Amino acid sequence: MLDSGDTAWILAATALVMLMTPGVGLFYGGLVRRKNVISMIALSFIAFALVSIQWVLLGYTLSFGPDIAGFVGGLEFLGLSGVGMDAGSGTIPSLLFMVFQLVFAAITLAILTSAVAERVKVSSFIIFGVLWTTIVYDPLAHWVWGGGWTAALGTLDFAGGTVVHISSGFSALALALVVGRRIGFGSHIIEPNNIPMTLLGAALLWFGWFGFNAGSALAANGLAANAFVVTNTAAAAGALAWMFASWVSGRPSSVGFVSGAIAGLVAITPAAGFVDVLSSIVIGAVAGLICYRAMLFRISKGLDESLDAWAVHGVGGLWGALATGIFAVPAIGGYDGLIYGNVSQFIAQALGAGAALVYAFGATYVIAKVLDVTIGLRVSEVEEYVGLDISQHGEKV
Amino acid sequence: MEGDGMKKIEAYIRPEKLDEVKSALDEVGCAGMTVIDVRGRGEQRGIVLEYRGKAIEVDLLPKVKIELFVDDESVDALVDTIRRSAHTGKAGDGRIFVSPVERSVKVRDEKEE
Repeated sequence: MLDSGDTAWILAATALVMLMTPGVGLFYGGLVRRKNVISMIALSFIAFALVSIQWVLLGYTLSFGPDIAGFVGGLEFLGLSGVGMDAGSGTIPSLLFMVFQLVFAAITLAILTSAVAERVKVSSFIIFGVLWTTIVYDPLAHWVWGGGWTAALGTLDFAGGTVVHISSGFSALALALVVGRRIGFGSHIIEPNNIPMTLLGAALLWFGWFGFNAGSALAANGLAANAFVVTNTAAAAGALAWMFASWVSGRPSSVGFVSGAIAGLVAITPAAGFVDVLSSIVIGAVAGLICYRAMLFRISKGLDESLDAWAVHGVGGLWGALATGIFAVPAIGGYDGLIYGNVSQFIAQALGAGAALVYAFGATYVIAKVLDVTIGLRVSEVEEYVGLDISQHGEKV
Repeated sequence: MEGDGMKKIEAYIRPEKLDEVKSALDEVGCAGMTVIDVRGRGEQRGIVLEYRGKAIEVDLLPKVKIELFVDDESVDALVDTIRRSAHTGKAGDGRIFVSPVERSVKVRDEKEE
């Protein structure tokens, strides 16, 4: 039964989430060197276009088609066959649900560009992107939202903490390990070229995230309002927590502030339809602190995953999945967590998140390794020195 | 004194080497310097990227220019310090020029050095 209010809101929410992908590009673009700004923003746009095509042809059906062994969806909706303007079983058109899911799949690939910043061949990224979204993202989306095996376990993921953030974060870690460090990493200072651009990207992410989380109610209702409020609260708590943590050892950097905001947003994502506002302060603040620690850990290990998809999205997503199992309140989403003495929910969260983490990391490592050995992921040393803007796109800022 | 015994050192170096050069100059007690972002090319006429048969010429590469105004007797040591800290051994490491200085006037107190 179509509901015009629900439909209107999800149309708007889909557009909000779309804006997050260029937001990721701007966020990352400000953090790299000037010679790679265009490349960084372009990679996010390319990710968006690639997934837009892959999703309508194949991705949607692999994620939401009829269940095959709990692992992946069947081919019933291949090329959007049977996905039409009517509501199906919900209150919004099937096509709208499809495109709302599309923008989630797209931003997930864009987050991954962190791992290959300033050194990836565009051609290799395109091939990697199509393989990754098909082999890693689509099955994971099916596990959690398409009636797959972790959903059967009772694992909760309101808006994609596992599907989007754990998967992109831990995949980024695997990809960074395969592709290797940038030339000069650790010996030369590699500084952000444009912090205001990063802040602008963060603004678009925070703004778009209301569509991401409140849209995941798939309705214009009280649950959407709850998701909206806890999303903003966790973002604010995460931002302040990271800022204060970094203040203790130096200055309250703006990049730290917005990184904390994103950490809070990531962590509240799986929980947004299950927890109340007071819990969201704790979830956000803890996210800011542990993601900050994760970043310091990464730096201490000399790992060049320097835009911190792993530290912020991976670690934040993991915390969010567990926090959902801790703070869930029956009055909001109908599930109770550890604070109500429900251990089984917490275990389901840990299992679901753990499985996604292992699958994303392992499968990505294999895909990346195969591509690196066959076509090569990296540009040549001289191209890397000149920068990807000129060497890959023939353009300059 | 009208700039007697002073020289200007202009060093064109790789941007990524700036921090190393700065620390090396610090270590030998040279604090004052002016740093300018520049683009340029030397004998190699920049870099040519072979891209599937078609060449992309990048003929003006980003470099950093460091200017120092120093006493005659410090010149050799400072040039050597810059050369060693900016060196990678590859084409595009840069050049150092030394030229005489006629006058040097302090803005704050009109003192000529």
